[in-house]
Amino acid sequence: MKFYILKRLFHSIFVLVGISLVVFIILHLTGDPAALLMPMDATPEQVAQFRKEMGFTDPLIVQYGRFFKGTLHGDFGLSFRHSQPALDLVLERMPATIQLTAAAMFIALIIAIPVGIISAVRRNSILDHIGMTGALLGQSTPVFWLGIMLILIFSVTLQWFPSSGRGDIWNLVLPAVTLGMFTMARTARMMRSSMLEVLGQEYMKTAMAKGLSPRMVILKHAMKNALIPVVTIVGMELGTLLGGAVITETIFAWPGVGRLAVQAIYNRDYPVVQAAVFLLATIFVLVNLVVDVLYTYLDPRVKLE
Amino acid sequence: MSTLENAAKSFEFSGEDRRVARWRKILRKLRENKGAMFGLVMVLAVIISAVFAPFLSPHDPILQDVEKRLIPPVWQTGGETDYLLGTDHLGRDIVSRLIYGARISIVVSVSAVVFSAILGTIIGLLSGFYGGNVDNIFMRIADVQLAFPFILLAIAIIAVLGPNLQNIIIVMGITGWVIYARVVRAEVLSLREKEFITSVRALGGSNGRIIFRHLLPNVVAPIIVIITLEMARMIIMEAALSFLGLGIQPPTPTWGGMLADGRVYLATSWWLATFPGLVIMLVVLGINLLGNWLRDILDPRLTQL
Repeated sequence: MKFYILKRLFHSIFVLVGISLVVFIILHLTGDPAALLMPMDATPEQVAQFRKEMGFTDPLIVQYGRFFKGTLHGDFGLSFRHSQPALDLVLERMPATIQLTAAAMFIALIIAIPVGIISAVRRNSILDHIGMTGALLGQSTPVFWLGIMLILIFSVTLQWFPSSGRGDIWNLVLPAVTLGMFTMARTARMMRSSMLEVLGQEYMKTAMAKGLSPRMVILKHAMKNALIPVVTIVGMELGTLLGGAVITETIFAWPGVGRLAVQAIYNRDYPVVQAAVFLLATIFVLVNLVVDVLYTYLDPRVKLE
Repeated sequence: MSTLENAAKSFEFSGEDRRVARWRKILRKLRENKGAMFGLVMVLAVIISAVFAPFLSPHDPILQDVEKRLIPPVWQTGGETDYLLGTDHLGRDIVSRLIYGARISIVVSVSAVVFSAILGTIIGLLSGFYGGNVDNIFMRIADVQLAFPFILLAIAIIAVLGPNLQNIIIVMGITGWVIYARVVRAEVLSLREKEFITSVRALGGSNGRIIFRHLLPNVVAPIIVIITLEMARMIIMEAALSFLGLGIQPPTPTWGGMLADGRVYLATSWWLATFPGLVIMLVVLGINLLGNWLRDILDPRLTQL
């Protein structure tokens, strides 16, 4: 067990180094980062001067070494636009993104799990058909269009919810539903098939034969086991949510990391882009590490290779 | 003619008959499945729109006409029969733009899917067949890539390289290879030890021959299933990039670009943003339904996808 966790930890560190390498490479894709980082109207002398100052004339491996050292200290350089450390800017926006992602995950699970259970228990009933058709639609709807349609219906027409910004709980509803829809749909389908599998097991018959009430059997015996595979999906879905947050935040003018990153890309503010991408990816890796470890506790059958 | 040859011939015939019978069976199953039929119709509709756009479009999709600005759909007051779904803020016909938009959507997503399928399949074959370090390196790269929010990575790379057709296809293609590699690798791992592979090896078959003549044909079914399901994701991704202004640039009509334009006029002209999104959703839904059906008949083990 300890060995497994250590191995998983080592693995995560390797992935983080890989991430820093990719983040570093993005800036060097065009061959000349100085051209990207300097303002459009800079003279060739200024560019040459800048190139020297930043050490872009050094071999790539030396530059990466420097970048990686900076990353370890949380130093991604100064934002060109706000002349603040890039990491501070990103960290400032982090609570908004975490709030949105958590709310989306909460809405997704609170709806998806009951829908999945009901669909499995009442298989082929009208409820099952409605639930699964809804899930299929939810999986096929582009996030950005869903957001716009929710604004059209609930902000512009009905004026129930505000269409943008972050403030009280009302501001959170539309972005969280938008962001959570895909995960909700996928989890509902997962929960249904996982539940169907559990319901077919012998121990379910035993539980029924013991004379337990069907409600008890479903909630205590079946649901608990059916939730196990769904837990891993939740870890993977976090990546979908963090990615989706980039678009959702843009649509709802939600002041999170995703929106900051997109604006930074448009402003050619690359230190901020690097810090944001690195931080989002790191969160994903860490959460998955935790989920994997939790998983081995939940389901001791998982082989600890 | 010897009896042996006759016998061989009859075998050939029965083989062909069996193949015909198999196709008949698949077609019959397709007719029975309403969802898959809907999917097929949607897919054919998009392909036909893309190929015959100039003949199907009632108007020029990029021709601007100030006098025809923001005409509502035909069923609303002020609608004109000439413009079934109305016009946009520059007086361009929505129907024509939707039909032409299918071109970019299809070209980009098909190319990206083919690119990622080839890349992922080769990596999966090599990883599974050679194992060891080759496998380790590829699978760690896959982990690193899965840790990134795709869309953010794609946005960052395209913003650096510039949004042209080639860059968009390459970047989208690169974001998709992991799933093929993982599935093909797992498949090859189990095939590798099978007797028919051992016998090819005993007969002196080279590694290349084993990989491409004997392993590849056995992983085609899962690849087809993934290709269909990935098509849906790529269509959404292309639209998302266009929506963010990083897709194929105007005036070329794209569904995502139309949505972005429409967002600005949401309060006054709902049809601008509504129809492109509806088209994306129907197409993606169709592909998903077709993909689910293909999965069920070709490779039911892939239900996790």
